[in-house]
Amino acid sequence: MFARYPPGAGIGENLVSHAEDHEGTRRDFLYYVAGGAGVVATGAAVWPLINQMNPSADVQALSSIRVDVSGVEPGTQLTVKWLGKPVFVRHRTGAEIQEAQEQDAEGVGALPDPLARNFNLSADAPATDANRVMPSPEGEAPGAWIVQMGVCTHLGCVPLGDAGDFGGWFCPCHGSHYDLAGRIRKGPAPENLPVPPAEWVDNSTIKLG
Amino acid sequence: MSGIPHDHYEPKTNGEKWLNSRLPIVGLIYDTIMIPTPKNLNWWWIWGIVLAFCLALQIITGIVLVMHYTPHVDLAFASIEHIMRNVNGGYFIRYLHMNGASLFFVAVYIHMFRGLYYGSYKAPREITWIIGMLIYLMMMGTAFMGYVLPWGQMSFWGATVITGLFGAIPFVGEAIQTWLLGGPAVDNATLNRFFSLHYLLPFVIAALVIVHIWAFHTTGNNNPTGVEVRRTSKADAEKDTLPFWPYFVIKDLFALAVILVVFWAVVGFMPNYLGHPDNYIEANPLVTPAHIVPEWYFLPFYAILRAFTGEVWVVQFASFITGGIIDAKFFGVLAMFGAILAMALAPWLDTSTVRSGKYRPMFKWWFYLLIIDFFALMWLGAMPAEEPYATFSLIASAYWFAYFLVILPILGVIEKPLPQPETIEEDFNAHYGKADAEATPAE
Amino acid sequence: MFKKLAIGAAFALALTPAASFAAGGGDQHIEDFDFSFEGPFGTWDQNQLQRGLQVYTEVCAACHGLQYVPLRDLEALGYSEEEVIAYAADNFEVFDPELDDFRPAIPTDHFPANNGVGAPDLSLMAKARAGFHGPYGLGINQLFKGMGGAEYIASLLDGYTGEEKEEAGTILYENKAFPGGWISMAPPMSDDQVEFADGHPATVEAMSEDIAAFLMWTAEPKMMERKYSGFVGVIFLSVLSVLLYLVNKRLWAGVKGKKTV
Repeated sequence: MFARYPPGAGIGENLVSHAEDHEGTRRDFLYYVAGGAGVVATGAAVWPLINQMNPSADVQALSSIRVDVSGVEPGTQLTVKWLGKPVFVRHRTGAEIQEAQEQDAEGVGALPDPLARNFNLSADAPATDANRVMPSPEGEAPGAWIVQMGVCTHLGCVPLGDAGDFGGWFCPCHGSHYDLAGRIRKGPAPENLPVPPAEWVDNSTIKLG
Repeated sequence: MSGIPHDHYEPKTNGEKWLNSRLPIVGLIYDTIMIPTPKNLNWWWIWGIVLAFCLALQIITGIVLVMHYTPHVDLAFASIEHIMRNVNGGYFIRYLHMNGASLFFVAVYIHMFRGLYYGSYKAPREITWIIGMLIYLMMMGTAFMGYVLPWGQMSFWGATVITGLFGAIPFVGEAIQTWLLGGPAVDNATLNRFFSLHYLLPFVIAALVIVHIWAFHTTGNNNPTGVEVRRTSKADAEKDTLPFWPYFVIKDLFALAVILVVFWAVVGFMPNYLGHPDNYIEANPLVTPAHIVPEWYFLPFYAILRAFTGEVWVVQFASFITGGIIDAKFFGVLAMFGAILAMALAPWLDTSTVRSGKYRPMFKWWFYLLIIDFFALMWLGAMPAEEPYATFSLIASAYWFAYFLVILPILGVIEKPLPQPETIEEDFNAHYGKADAEATPAE
Repeated sequence: MFKKLAIGAAFALALTPAASFAAGGGDQHIEDFDFSFEGPFGTWDQNQLQRGLQVYTEVCAACHGLQYVPLRDLEALGYSEEEVIAYAADNFEVFDPELDDFRPAIPTDHFPANNGVGAPDLSLMAKARAGFHGPYGLGINQLFKGMGGAEYIASLLDGYTGEEKEEAGTILYENKAFPGGWISMAPPMSDDQVEFADGHPATVEAMSEDIAAFLMWTAEPKMMERKYSGFVGVIFLSVLSVLLYLVNKRLWAGVKGKKTV
């Protein structure tokens, strides 16, 4: 590549005149190796500059939080902030569990969104009540706890609890009604409220993320 | 464009011609990197590219750091710790920026003393020299304000002391100091404006660097002999020069890589060696550190600032004839800026007709003494202001001024220079012999 | 001549840190401990850091905070997530502005600040002190011994002579490592004050070393990563230098003839 030099510079003709085959190859090889090393150096310098904009350790540490739910009585809901968004942790009463199971009887085929949207299950799990709720801790009825993102799947408003035509949640922005399992029933929202990654650490602590 | 005769860019294809008639940018880049460069440049000429690298390094790492830094007195110190502990790779980027400033000044001092030895400041390169001095002043301002941003003890008290210099100016000093600080003392307003200017000035420096390069691309580089490139014809010029690319680019990059090995070792293994421990203590306006010491690159001029106390007769004399307007404090400030001004005026103070110190037998020794003086001042600047350091500082400061104001003008008159080579080609061949290509032109 | 002189000068310049000039008082005695993390290839001694944390928790934390250190970082000391959660909850309470009340600390919190008796925060103490300045304030010692922040801390804690004096209503304690020789902090440790799980002896000297190592970690938690990046960079740039040297030599070979002088 340097041989393209104006002959007046002196080197071009010189290199060409002496460039026997193997010598020329060796020279080119050296230039390629040096050029390659330069490219690697540049790449190695660029990556940290990009990576520094990724979430820092303090932000990453907040991607998993523990929620103490010992104070959440049946019939009430705790809203916590996780990843900058609200998460509804609802402790359902026996009556609510029963009502939710009655709502389930219609079958998932009748729902606007037949999928569970539960991060802890596979993506094609059907939207039954059992697929939406948390497994209950020891000593509690199945379906007593439901945890879901408090973000309407329509345009991102926060739905109100204990409201709407189906006894679950109601989004005041554009009138989406969710049932007691957080499934969309009526209104413009396209999907059920997503269930975030959640598990019990002990009988009174839920780990989100 | 004037300059050394050489091949210029000729657009060949229609596309090239189309662009060239609208925006001759390819030709500009070509002429810049193909500039004929004296082929006898030695290793002292590599620091320009190191400086260009430093500027780029500081701007890039600086922009990254700003993404995580918070310029507020309550949060600045903690946000630096956030960078050091939480940001991905933040600890290394911050140490690069910290030590990058030191590499920048190492390079600029060697670059300046190279110019002083080889007479690079002399006609027709005065403008290059003056712009260089402006860049150096801007660098000092930028480095000073950057040092304030971590909001450690040395940041705070360094800012207090240095802005106090402006308070020494007669009549308007206090008003200027208050204006600079945005209040009666260093505080949030000061931190915010220093942050703003610390971000701005590097771009001003970058612009000045372009002018600096433009200027010496017009006059041509100086070289170790100080003999000018022959401009009588292109053929003559080509005997004295080689194009910048690839010869000097590769040479400079090699030197840069070697320097970076050392730099990387410092950043990786002892990044706080050149820093001050007190700057890991958050700023406290109520407690002054035992010794306030500027960063190493300010020490020579800091020593000159402190050297002129009220006991020195020059100071007393100045105070007497100005009716007390110039007191010791103000005299020190004048001396510090005067030391830099004297250096800037070197093109007009040096009366010698010979450019390179290589051919000036007497000049050489005075120059070596100046280098020693520079290091002595650096050491003295860090020592406590007490005897015997005060006397040493005064002697060393006096020599600094004497070199520029007395020795340079007189030497040119009394010195008998050694014979210089006729041409750069002659000097080059004397060192390296004739190239094969020229020895056997028939090939 | 100019070349030699200037190379020497450049060296001297490179070896002349401002920090080292801050003379630290002539009669200070800082012992040069041999810490495991020193040198380009030194690594943390995890057991030592854990012992240091224990000393901090049981002794220092009563007066000194560590406000810049996140509790979650303790996982780097070899603790599991559960252990860190338990440690945080058992030892510290933090003020939560959302609750408007104190609650047990969780890993995402920092160690609390402690401004109770005006004792300085220890997060960065190992970088905020330098042990070795000389000779003649040139700081060359630091090239061989390190900055000496951890050494300063260990020397200070182990440097009490037992002498006391009262000055302006405060009791000062004589200390061999403290600048000026008299410190207002009472000797904080006594032999066997803590009991280490690994059976390591708990003399004042041993505990001083452990807490100093721990505080070096709190001040520079990324030291190992930093040294690794430095090492990789130095190796890579060395290879690049050699390659560029060869390219440069070959490039100029056609221009330079045989050296005649």
